Amino acid sequence: MEEFMQIDLDTKKRVKLVANTVRKKILLMAFSAGQSSAHIGGALSSADIISTLYETVFKINKKNIHDEEKDRFILSKGHGCLTYYAILNHLGFITDDELLTFEKDGSILLGHPVKNRDKGIEFSNGSLGMGLSIGVGLAIGYKRLNKKNNVYVILGDGECNEGSVWESFMCANKFNLDNLFVFIDNNKFQQTGSNDEILINNNLNDKLSAFGWNAKKINGHSIEEIYDFLVTNKNNQKPNIAICETIKGKGVSFIENNNDWHHTVLTKKNYDIAINELNKNEA
Amino acid sequence: MKLDNSKVKLYSQIGTRATFGLACIELLKKYENLMVCTADVSTSAGLDRFRKKYPNNYIDVGIAEQNLIGVATGLSELNFKVITTTFSPFQALRCLEQIKVNLGYMQNKVVMVGLASGLVLGSLGFTHASIEDVGALRSIPNLNLICPSDSGEVVKALDKALENKNSTYIRLTGGSNNTIINQDDYDFEIGKSIELKKGHKVCIISNGQILSECLAAANKLDEINISTSVINMHTIKPIDEKKIFEISKKYKLVVSVEEHNVIGGLGSAVAEQLIKIENSPPQALIGIQDYYEKGGNYFYLKNKYSISSEKIFEKIKNSYECLRKI
Repeated sequence: MEEFMQIDLDTKKRVKLVANTVRKKILLMAFSAGQSSAHIGGALSSADIISTLYETVFKINKKNIHDEEKDRFILSKGHGCLTYYAILNHLGFITDDELLTFEKDGSILLGHPVKNRDKGIEFSNGSLGMGLSIGVGLAIGYKRLNKKNNVYVILGDGECNEGSVWESFMCANKFNLDNLFVFIDNNKFQQTGSNDEILINNNLNDKLSAFGWNAKKINGHSIEEIYDFLVTNKNNQKPNIAICETIKGKGVSFIENNNDWHHTVLTKKNYDIAINELNKNEA
Repeated sequence: MKLDNSKVKLYSQIGTRATFGLACIELLKKYENLMVCTADVSTSAGLDRFRKKYPNNYIDVGIAEQNLIGVATGLSELNFKVITTTFSPFQALRCLEQIKVNLGYMQNKVVMVGLASGLVLGSLGFTHASIEDVGALRSIPNLNLICPSDSGEVVKALDKALENKNSTYIRLTGGSNNTIINQDDYDFEIGKSIELKKGHKVCIISNGQILSECLAAANKLDEINISTSVINMHTIKPIDEKKIFEISKKYKLVVSVEEHNVIGGLGSAVAEQLIKIENSPPQALIGIQDYYEKGGNYFYLKNKYSISSEKIFEKIKNSYECLRKI
């Protein structure tokens, strides 16, 4: 029997606001990176997933970041790090000054996350296809220790081109990892084109069900649906995966579904227009 | 871990792989939180008993080496003592980037055991023989590399690697009925080489089972008045710099012998030290000269690649005589 829990209205409102703040911080960092460019489209597409996760079930703060009882998070699509840094800034792990050092010489905030537990960054990622394996290892470990911790992983849809991702997909079911929750940010684009142009990988829902997962297609910008995925107990010992239908560049009209924004420079002019759009959501 | 004298003979009979499996059972007594992870090689790694008896400390991820290192990394994050194992090419190369990112860059700690490295599986072809593992792994920071000389040393290396703060790759060489290099218990420290035979003209630096060929060659060299030392440089990284410095001051000729490509392996590691020392003696690099031979059994390939005791003897004799003419 599945047990549902509805998100309350206040929480939903709060998460929405946080996601909007996260998007603004993404743009601030991209702008401050200047000519070194930043991964903007894929950061914006996962803002609602990360915000819902961190604002509801995955509660971390400076006091509990080293606790053994704390759940774990892996941003396997490491190039989406702007979203990660933004939420960690919102939660007080990363200062405003540090945010502006993004991709600068000697910074702790590079174009892909570098493990730094004090700052809330739990793993170094960036080379695609490696994060889920670590998640599977953690989830097996918690099971062997009889601990209740959950493990959360965000994968990119382009990242699922990597064979190693499918090794991990196959493995998770063997070990009954119902403590593993995975999101695929299915924004339908990758570096140099749409998924369909580069490598067709449709029907992820069917594929992952066949691999023995609780697979569910959800709207990756719906706070309710993301929350529902996180808290619904399926009681069947299977690992959980949400194929999140998302829009690359979500939240900024001229960036949405335009793959020129995969990794590029954000000018002052475009930054101002984008921030104006996002500010309207807060009015 | 002490070397149990009564087990040395058994270890040598069953070879390094099966000894590894036995060692895991012993190590579990010391480390309750030991986790042994494999990629469908329990039998080849001598782990069938371990697998049956200790299912909670055993994980088989299937033939998926990239995932093997990822899973091991996740476990190490929860402070398990983690050992991974599969055949050397798959343990070192198939998952090379996972090793780089997770164990080198992120510094999660895993002990990797590369089974049947070198030429022992030569009759299966060079998909399975492994002459590149050290070269590839040596370029990754924060990684120890050990090539134990015999089965007993495998046990000691495993124990020390589990205690060490870095990840370690342990390269197993030789087959069953291998030569016992260390009969009695001795001190084994990562990064600290061992003098197996004393001489004063030539110094052979080697590791792994090929040391048996080196010792035989050295004895023959002694007979023709080329007194030769043999050093067990079991740790390739961190290399024993101090010992190499001492050697450079003492001998007329340094010879590295390895069951590996001469590019990137032990010989390279020794040369990188010697080149820093003023008036250091010349070094002869004996090993696989950067090509794939036709396949064949261990003895066939050692001969073909000129790393049998006979060939080592001849090469050193010639090198030493050339040197005297200068």
